[in-house]
Amino acid sequence: MIDLLERHRLTSFAIVLVTLQTGLAVFAPWLGFQDPYQQVIVDRMQGPSLNHLLGTDHLGRDVLARIAHGYRTSLLTSTVAVGLALMVGGSIGLLAAFYRGWFERIAMRLMDIFFAFPILLLAIGVIAIIGPGAYGAAAAIAIVYTPIFARLLRGPALVICQSEYVLGARAIGASDGRIIVMHVLPNLASIVLVQTSLLLSAAVLVEASLSFLGLGAQPPVPSLGLALSEGRNFMLLSPWPAAFSGLAILFLSFGFNLLGDALRDTLDPRLRSTVRLL
Amino acid sequence: MPVRFLLGRLIDLGIVLFGVSIMVFLMIRLIPGDAIAIMLGANAEVTPERLAALESRLGLDQSIPVQYLEWAGNALRGDLGTSIWTGRPVTSEIAANVWPTLELTLLAVLVGAGLSIPLGCFMAEARGKASEVAVRIGAIAGLTIPSFWLGIVLIILFAKLFPGFSTLGYVPFTEDPWGNLQRMFLPVIALSLPMLANLSRLVRSAMLDALGQDYIRTARAKGAAQRRVLYVHALRNALIPFITSVGVSIGYLLGGSIVIEQVFAIPGLGRLVLGAISERNYPLVQASILVLTTAFVLVNFAVDLLYAIIDPRVSRS
Repeated sequence: MIDLLERHRLTSFAIVLVTLQTGLAVFAPWLGFQDPYQQVIVDRMQGPSLNHLLGTDHLGRDVLARIAHGYRTSLLTSTVAVGLALMVGGSIGLLAAFYRGWFERIAMRLMDIFFAFPILLLAIGVIAIIGPGAYGAAAAIAIVYTPIFARLLRGPALVICQSEYVLGARAIGASDGRIIVMHVLPNLASIVLVQTSLLLSAAVLVEASLSFLGLGAQPPVPSLGLALSEGRNFMLLSPWPAAFSGLAILFLSFGFNLLGDALRDTLDPRLRSTVRLL
Repeated sequence: MPVRFLLGRLIDLGIVLFGVSIMVFLMIRLIPGDAIAIMLGANAEVTPERLAALESRLGLDQSIPVQYLEWAGNALRGDLGTSIWTGRPVTSEIAANVWPTLELTLLAVLVGAGLSIPLGCFMAEARGKASEVAVRIGAIAGLTIPSFWLGIVLIILFAKLFPGFSTLGYVPFTEDPWGNLQRMFLPVIALSLPMLANLSRLVRSAMLDALGQDYIRTARAKGAAQRRVLYVHALRNALIPFITSVGVSIGYLLGGSIVIEQVFAIPGLGRLVLGAISERNYPLVQASILVLTTAFVLVNFAVDLLYAIIDPRVSRS
């Protein structure tokens, strides 16, 4: 019982963490923050104060406003990228499991080839082609995550496609589309939910890495990774912008990872069985 | 190891490497046309003749399959093209920058994989106790701390606490072993932390999984000591999924080292690739990606074989 409470406490904590940060990102323009683009050079590199709760950066811009709008950039890029990857990759994995045969072989082989590249390196290669920027970063992350979703969903989909209820549905003459939408998809929902949350956590880090390297969002757009790389140059004079934007990336990624982890525990009863250790 | 298994794996390897080579080859052909003009340089006047000359130098005036065969043939002979700005073969530029990356990655694997086994066993033992939530949150935090941020924080911390400690740049081990290890210390910590978090979590669940198996009950029944059950019977079997994960993690490390090199000003392959992208030196970008990815694919091939040797069930299925 205590164990169960503990688990739900962790899940609620994760949900609160994710909701707060998503809310900050979505409603940033209407929450009364200062203008994230406004430079007041005389006030540059200040520590936290009543006027600037998290201080100012090297151009005298309000760090809190930059971070709130940075959340927007970061979350929008990661969500669009992971959403695209889920739609394309997930469909490939699902159709491969459903139709098998040559489609499965060719599609999964292609996914293997994409999968052979180290993640960040493939993303950098994609950006080298389409050019740096928030869109470039989103496209790169989407391409990198497509094979991951295809692989993640194909396995469980294979099991479901061979289950008795799918055979039953087929026996009563349900169409392929109906079987996929009504029988296979609902049973994949929990896996999709867990993996999307975990991959969003990783995508936030990849987006921040790309922006940090100057390949993601370009100045003067407020971006967490960019703020970190700009703040790094003034770190010894004023550690605040770099410290706070780094923490923001950490909290965002941490929230999604914890949520995915907690959801997995809740949705996958297999993991709940206790094992006697000693 | 059955020959059939080995053969199958070799064919897989060939297909993946072939696919990778096609993708890397197409990369330079997918670049928008005006990028070719940019490659002529900021000062050079862009004339149709100069554009045509560069295109023929890059081989862009031939049909795609011919271009691929020529490019792949050259690559197999060790010629990956010439750097646009310096005119030197890109292989020599890569060779000049490969050692820092290799050392960084290798040390990070040793630290990350080495520490994750005792840490994972410890975490498995903590299961069900009050400390479990702390252990779990710690592991997720380790996984989600941005390595570049951690690197920056460590640099500042060491600059304040140990002013004499060199944290930036790179000196070859053969020239100054102590200076080399000093400069590698922080980058290795920053790079290996997510891997450590990931692998120790994996060791933990693999240990818990192994401990629920019948052979553990048998070992206990025949009166094996607790320590022996844990570290001989359970750990050995728990290590099987661990090995695969180490292989996959190396891909992460190769990518992660690009960022870490940037933070610590280490002149490795990561800095080479980034520099090449900003100066639009596409042959160098292309060659670096090809070399790093091939290395990653070969490492995973070796891991696959190792896996089959340790667990013969794999090669029989």
